[in-house]
Amino acid sequence: MDSLKRRTTHRKRWDRLFQGLFGAATLFGVVALLLLITDILRKAAGWIDLQFLTSFPSRFAEDAGILSALAGSIWLIGLTAPIALPLGVASAIFLEEFAPQSSLTRLIQVNIANLAGVPSIVFGILGLALFVRALGAGRSLLAGALTMSLLVLPIIIVSAQEAIRAVPDSQRQAALALGATKWQAVRSVVLPAAMPGIMTGTILALSRAIGETAPLIMIGALSFVAFLPSGPLDQFTVLPIQIFNWTSRPQEEFSHVAAAGIVVLLVLLLVLNSAAVLIRNHYRKRFEA
Amino acid sequence: MMANTSDRFILQTRNLNLWYGERKALANINIDIQPQRVTAIIGPSGCGKSTLLRCFNRMNELLPGIRIEGQVLYNGEDLYGSNVDVTEVRYRIGMVFQKPTPFPKSIFENVAFGPRIHGLTENLAERVERSLQQAALWDEVKDRLHHNALGLSGGQQQRLCIARALALEPEVLLMDEPTSALDPVAAGKVEELIVNLKKRYTIVIVTHNLQQGARVADTTAFLLGGELVEIGPTSEMYTRPRDNRTEAYITGRFG
Amino acid sequence: MEKHETTRVSKALVKGVPLDGKGNGVHHESPPLGNTKPRPAEAPVRGLLFLSALVSVMTTIGIVLVLATEAVSFFKTVSVFDFLTGTKWTPLFEPKSFGIMPLLAGTLLVALGASLVAIPIGLASAIYLSEYSSHRVRSWVKPVLEVLAGVPTVVYGYFALTFITPILRRVFPEMSIFNAASASIAMGIMILPMVSSLSEDAMRAVPRSLREAAYALGSTRYEVASRVVVPAAASGITASFILAVSRAIGETMIVAIAAGATPKLTLNPLESIQTMTAYIVQVSLGDAPYGTIEYKTIFAVGLLLFLMTLGMNILGQWVTRRYREVYR
Repeated sequence: MDSLKRRTTHRKRWDRLFQGLFGAATLFGVVALLLLITDILRKAAGWIDLQFLTSFPSRFAEDAGILSALAGSIWLIGLTAPIALPLGVASAIFLEEFAPQSSLTRLIQVNIANLAGVPSIVFGILGLALFVRALGAGRSLLAGALTMSLLVLPIIIVSAQEAIRAVPDSQRQAALALGATKWQAVRSVVLPAAMPGIMTGTILALSRAIGETAPLIMIGALSFVAFLPSGPLDQFTVLPIQIFNWTSRPQEEFSHVAAAGIVVLLVLLLVLNSAAVLIRNHYRKRFEA
Repeated sequence: MMANTSDRFILQTRNLNLWYGERKALANINIDIQPQRVTAIIGPSGCGKSTLLRCFNRMNELLPGIRIEGQVLYNGEDLYGSNVDVTEVRYRIGMVFQKPTPFPKSIFENVAFGPRIHGLTENLAERVERSLQQAALWDEVKDRLHHNALGLSGGQQQRLCIARALALEPEVLLMDEPTSALDPVAAGKVEELIVNLKKRYTIVIVTHNLQQGARVADTTAFLLGGELVEIGPTSEMYTRPRDNRTEAYITGRFG
Repeated sequence: MEKHETTRVSKALVKGVPLDGKGNGVHHESPPLGNTKPRPAEAPVRGLLFLSALVSVMTTIGIVLVLATEAVSFFKTVSVFDFLTGTKWTPLFEPKSFGIMPLLAGTLLVALGASLVAIPIGLASAIYLSEYSSHRVRSWVKPVLEVLAGVPTVVYGYFALTFITPILRRVFPEMSIFNAASASIAMGIMILPMVSSLSEDAMRAVPRSLREAAYALGSTRYEVASRVVVPAAASGITASFILAVSRAIGETMIVAIAAGATPKLTLNPLESIQTMTAYIVQVSLGDAPYGTIEYKTIFAVGLLLFLMTLGMNILGQWVTRRYREVYR
């Protein structure tokens, strides 16, 4: 019995040791995020001001500004959303409500899962060959938005599918029992109920698009744009590309400009994600009331 | 072991109260469990039978928001005492659950699990064989000990779980509706096994099935709404219940 | 009032009289079926929805076609064998050489480094979140990890170059400014949430009854985690590793910023290297003229990258499906 006691003590010691290790590992991610944010804020301090927000890029770090990149990013999501959202939601409705149990349906589903894992730069190669060259859209906002739409489409489809699946079957059956056609049931009952989930998923997909750099480098977004785009066929730059450009410059000051750009990018993401959370909470309340 | 007045009883509760958050699940339970007997705990759903059973091996601690007052004594020692290690409690007091819970490992490794973690690896193969024989499963599985346990039938899986508990040679075996997920034939085998095991082990069984309770238990305790209504020899309980609530339950008027 | 209503309705029902919606029975002939107002046909809607769903299939086909046609044209100049086995990659200057090995080595070196960071830490934190942590801790750690997963990769690249590299260079003064190690660490942090959350999902799919059974045999928490939960979730955990490595192989901006532009066959993480993705970025920034062999290298390298990540993703999904089958 003494050996059992010793063994128990020993096992408890291991238990505590590993609890500590696992807990430390969990803290690692938290600490990494804190370090990253404080480091960037520290480097950006003093570089974010009205001049930075309202100026075009410049060879001189003191004069450099984010205006054209911020405008480009906003243009880009403004164009991507109306392309990707209907396509994604329609695909999700088809797969969840209309698709027959066929091998084609399964193929589409497997394909979406795989597409979500394709490196973003490969989407950039597709965009370069298809939209920039073959369709002649050139290095325009439109080409960028089309490329981004394809990139985020799998994310929107999957989240919309989840939202549609979460609508209780009883709701559909209630609509059908009142004599609605399938499409009427979907449009008037399923979609409204799934809308908060779809919007949240779409906003998260758009945040992904805002942060993407590589595909836009591929389609030839510029890194020095001293004008504001006025239409979808204009050339453009976006926040991540501007940040990349500043990061690549050897002068120390541009590292601060880059940090300031990152802060603007992160704030934009924060705004979008808060919107997603607000939408979710708003609808949750509405359904409870 | 402990020479005091309670040595006739292996498990006892003293004014045991238990809350799940705000809800009181056990109220002032005083129950004594005799060694080498089968004690059945009966009562309608939600009466606290499983909760009480889980106080005997401190499984309730795994749920958040649980509060326990009073004492649970094991051979006169407080199971919840500050110097008592919970893993040792569960080493001495085994448990079998409602649904079979084989680990996704081989049959052999399932039975060897307990001995391995407690360092009882000497003559492990013999221990495994002995446990499987006690659980009346050996003949059915001896040629496929290294197959995955998930390939066994439901009844076999449950007997495997009994063997897994027996491999630690516990003094007490707690069984939480061990046959309710099984078909009648498999349930019959497990029941037969319980009767055989009481020669060696103290068994506390929670059951929904009054006939089963009558067949296997020496002593029966009736729980209602978290309170112990009465406890006594099974034959008396079923023929001459002292409390009319017990009578109502046994004659099927509620629950 | 309500009661009155009910009786009237039930009387009407008993008599078999149709109702007028106000609870009053009305007597009229019910029209024959097939007379309802025609409604918009479902077929066109269905067709439109189907076409939308096909866009994703067309995207994959488009990717394969674009990569394959340009790559085929590339492989008319450079043999597939030389491409795959060559150990020198100098397509942008004379003498041109098209051996992918240095880029492949750089890619795998960084992916390996990232895995060394993300796999142990991700698995350990998944165990903590699934087996140890209280609900409260989980409810604030999980969103933090989600934020970590949502940080744009260009930010990680910046962090690697301006924060991780200076620290590492204090320890290894001979290290180059652009190096594989910093990129690996930043990428490890980036894929950490993926390993952690997918592994945690797999562990949470392990039924609670198995944990209870192990506890009932006197296991400590560590024993329950290491001997029951992790083995039972093994294939889901493996899948999370595979998918995270695939993600690391395809990641571009961190390596383009922090790992350098020197295609080199080396295992030394302190040196400057180049990955496949970083090479593609380099060419497209340099504005290689359309139709030249430099331009076509993008597609050859892209094709290899696509096939590698596709292979790993399919493998990852296959492994995931296997674990779902265990607990139906």
